Amino acid sequence: MRRLIASREALLLLAIAIVLGIIASRFPAFITPTNLASVFNDTSPLILLAIGQMIVILTKCIDLSVAANLALTGMVVSLVNIAIPDMPIIFTMLIAISFGTVLGMFNGVLVWKLDIPPIVVTLGTMTIFRGIIFLLTEGKWVNSHEMSDKFKAFPRADILGMPVLSWIAIIVVILFMIVMSRTKLGRAFYAAGGNPHAATYAGINVGRTQFWAFTISGALAGLTGYLWVSRFAVAYVDVAAGFELTVVAACVIGGVSIMGGIGTVHGALLGALFLGIIANALPVVNISPFWQMAISGSAIIIAVVLNAQANRVKGRIILKRAEQAT
Amino acid sequence: MTQENKLIIPDRLRSPLEQRLKSWESLLMLVAITIFVANSFASPYFLNAWNLSDATFNFTEKAMIAFAMALLIISGEIDLSVASIIALASTAMGAAAQVGIGTEGLILVGLTVGLMCGATNGVLVTRFGLPSIVVTIGTMSLFRGISFIILGDQAYRGYPQDFAYFGQGYLWWVISFEFILFIILAIVYGIILHMTNFGRAVYAIGNNPTGALFSGIRVNRVKFILFLLTGLMSGVAAICLTSRLGSTRPSIAFGWELEIVTMVVLGGVNILGGSGSIPGVLIAAFVMGLVTFGLGLLNVPGIVMSIVIGALLISVIALPRLWSVWRT
Repeated sequence: MRRLIASREALLLLAIAIVLGIIASRFPAFITPTNLASVFNDTSPLILLAIGQMIVILTKCIDLSVAANLALTGMVVSLVNIAIPDMPIIFTMLIAISFGTVLGMFNGVLVWKLDIPPIVVTLGTMTIFRGIIFLLTEGKWVNSHEMSDKFKAFPRADILGMPVLSWIAIIVVILFMIVMSRTKLGRAFYAAGGNPHAATYAGINVGRTQFWAFTISGALAGLTGYLWVSRFAVAYVDVAAGFELTVVAACVIGGVSIMGGIGTVHGALLGALFLGIIANALPVVNISPFWQMAISGSAIIIAVVLNAQANRVKGRIILKRAEQAT
Repeated sequence: MTQENKLIIPDRLRSPLEQRLKSWESLLMLVAITIFVANSFASPYFLNAWNLSDATFNFTEKAMIAFAMALLIISGEIDLSVASIIALASTAMGAAAQVGIGTEGLILVGLTVGLMCGATNGVLVTRFGLPSIVVTIGTMSLFRGISFIILGDQAYRGYPQDFAYFGQGYLWWVISFEFILFIILAIVYGIILHMTNFGRAVYAIGNNPTGALFSGIRVNRVKFILFLLTGLMSGVAAICLTSRLGSTRPSIAFGWELEIVTMVVLGGVNILGGSGSIPGVLIAAFVMGLVTFGLGLLNVPGIVMSIVIGALLISVIALPRLWSVWRT
């Protein structure tokens, strides 16, 4: 119980509650269930990407190409949609996920087989992916009227009072909660990042684990690519430009340690929700949206400072125990 | 017997000349010359003193920061907030110009803001012991965010007449003020890194921070100074860029951090720290400038150039590794 209260996720939940409380005291309409559901729906793409990013960061890597992957996959499915307008949505989803997966695997192979630092790989692929969109389209946009109705309607379709987009986010969150805690691969992500040497001796191939992390991140980015493009009904080169940093921010705020090995799915979820609530609340409380960038920047810095403090205390306790044992 | 034959025991070290010829820098130099020759055949407008002089502007400002960034990366840290520091410094100069502060004052403002931003990064990394990549992703949003709060969708114009000299002035014929500043800074940073105790300390920290600490190097102090230098160079670049453009928007220099890191890595600096040289970064700056300029003359759009730069970044690191994998 004590551990639960002291945990980063609980603190973050408290911070979210306080923010909501402050907003509600002046604008009660903000915390009506309908509005909160729409905030969740708005944040869904960020949640999906943050989960993929969290897994990559767990293995001591970073994936800066997620937003570019999203944009490229979004463009590819839009072009496919123009070519075959009445293809069933399930195939569109499959194309999006597998295309994103391939892009993720490309990052993964470079990190695994050639041992190139992940930040360099993904900085490079980030520009390459966006460049490919330009080559595919010569910079033209795919607009709403060019997309088929089915293509656009899917993420908004209503199931039990919530749009499909929200449901997908919920399903992915649950799926990865299970994967991360109940499967070999899930535990391998923690082991590979927490202590790569020990993981190697335990029979875990660290490079391959990192490869799978990038693959999952790519698959989720691809899925989000379709959802994003169909929700906003437009695809162009600069879709979600700079979003990769928001995704990293969501992870860091959610208590994922950039040094690897520490982080949870619900942490990433809460980190994403925190940013989502702030982004949605700013116009409501009448603060210019230009404040958002500075606020998320400050949130990242405060979050890492707090995380570092928390980790330091944990280190001391282990030492004391060791002393007692001897 | 066959075993022995396979073992090659060097009876002498490779000669200094041979070592120099096989170095990363000479490989880069070869690339630079090839691109230069290819460009002069590809476009009739390439070999023109004024065109070449214009072309220097698209890398000099970035390279100024790249020199300081090279030291920072060699020491094992990184600063992704440099482009945002440019934005904030430029915004501050714009605001100062609005209240009628003269050129000397503007320079002071630009440099001070740069130093303050660098100090913020330095304090967060050295005092709190935080990983620099996260800190600077945070300050990257924060610094540019402050510019957005101040400027919104507006722009600052109306800089004093003589302020234009730093980005648009020429010292002699086609030699611009910026180009000379870039050369001077290359020499200064080359001396700092390769000829001073401080430079040796930077390498030592990058290779083994704990070892460096036990050798009596004040690791945190050196790192703090490196963040200050990077901030200062961003301030200098902000002055040149603002003076050249004559206006400030919060989106100024957007995405430059990527190009600057690419320049440093292309220059042979190990992204994990510990090795690299200023001549390498200097040649890499020319390579990137020549590629961008050459493709520009051939009417290749900017985004395609970014593919080339992205591919360059990956292949420059991948090729030597592929080579060693293939040889074993």
